[in-house]
Amino acid sequence: MLAPDCEGVSAEPEIVRQGRKAAGWWENQGASVCHKGTLVVALNRDQSDLATFARRAPSAATLSKGQVAEQEPYLAERYSKALFLADEGHLDPRATLTALHARLAKQGVRFSDEITGQAIDCRGLAARDTLTDLRGVKGEMLVVRCPDVTLSRPVRLLHPRFPLYIVPRGDGVFMLGATQIETGERNRATLRSVMELMNAAYALHPAFGEAELLEVGVDARPAFPDNQPRIRRIRDVIYANGLFRHGFLLAPALAQMTADLVLDGKIPEVWYEDHRER
Amino acid sequence: MPTFYGTEVTSRLMLGTAQYPSPAVLAEAFRRSGAGIATVSVRREAGGEQAGQDFWALIRDLGVAVLPNTAGCYSVREAVTTAQMARELFDTNWIKLEVIGHADTLQPDPFGLVDAAAQLAEDGFEVFPYCTEDLVLCERLVEVGCKVLMPWGAPIGTGLGLNNIYGLRSLRAHFPDVPLVVDAGLGLPSQAAHAMELGYDAVLLNTAVAKAGDPAAMAQAFGLAVEAGALAAHADPMDARDMAAPSTPVFGKAML
Repeated sequence: MLAPDCEGVSAEPEIVRQGRKAAGWWENQGASVCHKGTLVVALNRDQSDLATFARRAPSAATLSKGQVAEQEPYLAERYSKALFLADEGHLDPRATLTALHARLAKQGVRFSDEITGQAIDCRGLAARDTLTDLRGVKGEMLVVRCPDVTLSRPVRLLHPRFPLYIVPRGDGVFMLGATQIETGERNRATLRSVMELMNAAYALHPAFGEAELLEVGVDARPAFPDNQPRIRRIRDVIYANGLFRHGFLLAPALAQMTADLVLDGKIPEVWYEDHRER
Repeated sequence: MPTFYGTEVTSRLMLGTAQYPSPAVLAEAFRRSGAGIATVSVRREAGGEQAGQDFWALIRDLGVAVLPNTAGCYSVREAVTTAQMARELFDTNWIKLEVIGHADTLQPDPFGLVDAAAQLAEDGFEVFPYCTEDLVLCERLVEVGCKVLMPWGAPIGTGLGLNNIYGLRSLRAHFPDVPLVVDAGLGLPSQAAHAMELGYDAVLLNTAVAKAGDPAAMAQAFGLAVEAGALAAHADPMDARDMAAPSTPVFGKAML
């Protein structure tokens, strides 16, 4: 998701500011970005969470039942109130990366395991061998097929225990995410996590109870202690890392800053020199 | 300052370490609050091969005493196993024991709690049981070896404050020599101050700070409130009365 305003509820303002450039950047790379905003809902007993979210996301508009019906008719019978963040968008991460790879290859970029010349290390969590303050934050997600449900934009369900977002991928396929657990474990989705995601989806709309489970995904997000990205130089290598859960949101800004550093010597905003080397 | 199992702590405020926007914010919350003990969940972060050690290292770096907990355990066996794992990870006999009995309210299972506390005390653990304010339950916990009691103020994460003032006051009266900590349910610093005014030794909270818009500021507010409440409790506060008593002299005025 390209959802800087939603992320801003718990992330630093810099994340929001840098993330606003993301949708345009990805589109310039030929990605298909859907600009339909984000809908945020809560169950009746969690309406106070919706009020808190609205307070902390100034750009969120409050929708009445009729307005919810206009945006997402399928949810109208269950939600008489929602928040709408109109400026947000979403894309298909895998299709986007595949297309980016093809585009770069077409432009003559060679993909290789060998390092020659200036190296820029953006291996994510694998760079822990050098970046000792990088940690993993485990995330689990599901992909389901549920033709009965029709959603045209990402929907976030606020829940005190199991917050959830659902992103429509088309053809009745949805991505459900994501857990956030302080461990660097990159595999082993647990039954508890999967159950929590399923429960939350079922709570969002019982029609998800009939969904076909297509995929259970798990990995760990690379993060520094402040959960903000950093660019640093260690000996001859430049490291761009720590995108946490904001990979597609922050990659454009981080890539641009890295390019400005390499090509023009411009010190990036997220430059970080005080580090420990292994 | 209160003494838990022979160790005098540096603060009456204990903070949980979950749900913060980032470990950096967590560290700043501890710094500004002056909290002396950090509770940390072991079970879920452990992963397959103790993969949570990066986060645990950050907790150790806070420079405060670490109180591992068994959050999320619904059975005696789970809780005991988690406690044993925590002892290895953090090299401490302290364990905040949670045995949850009800999924919706996260109310402790009083029967499982006593059973687990007995097993752990027998095994050399120094148990901090998360319990209700039930007097008989607390007597059983003390009988099996608990030298600290941690009754809830309200269900975990609700922010409802002190739901049963009578029960909490009763516990204080019945256990004058056992350190008592209000654990869970606090939402505002005033509620923490109230707990201290009741004569409690400390409070433990997490969500009220971690989920605040500015966690570090809220942590500081709780630190100040706890200090104020404890100071008030030791200042021998006046008793409330129905009859108004003027604080300025009334000589020369008509007496009604």
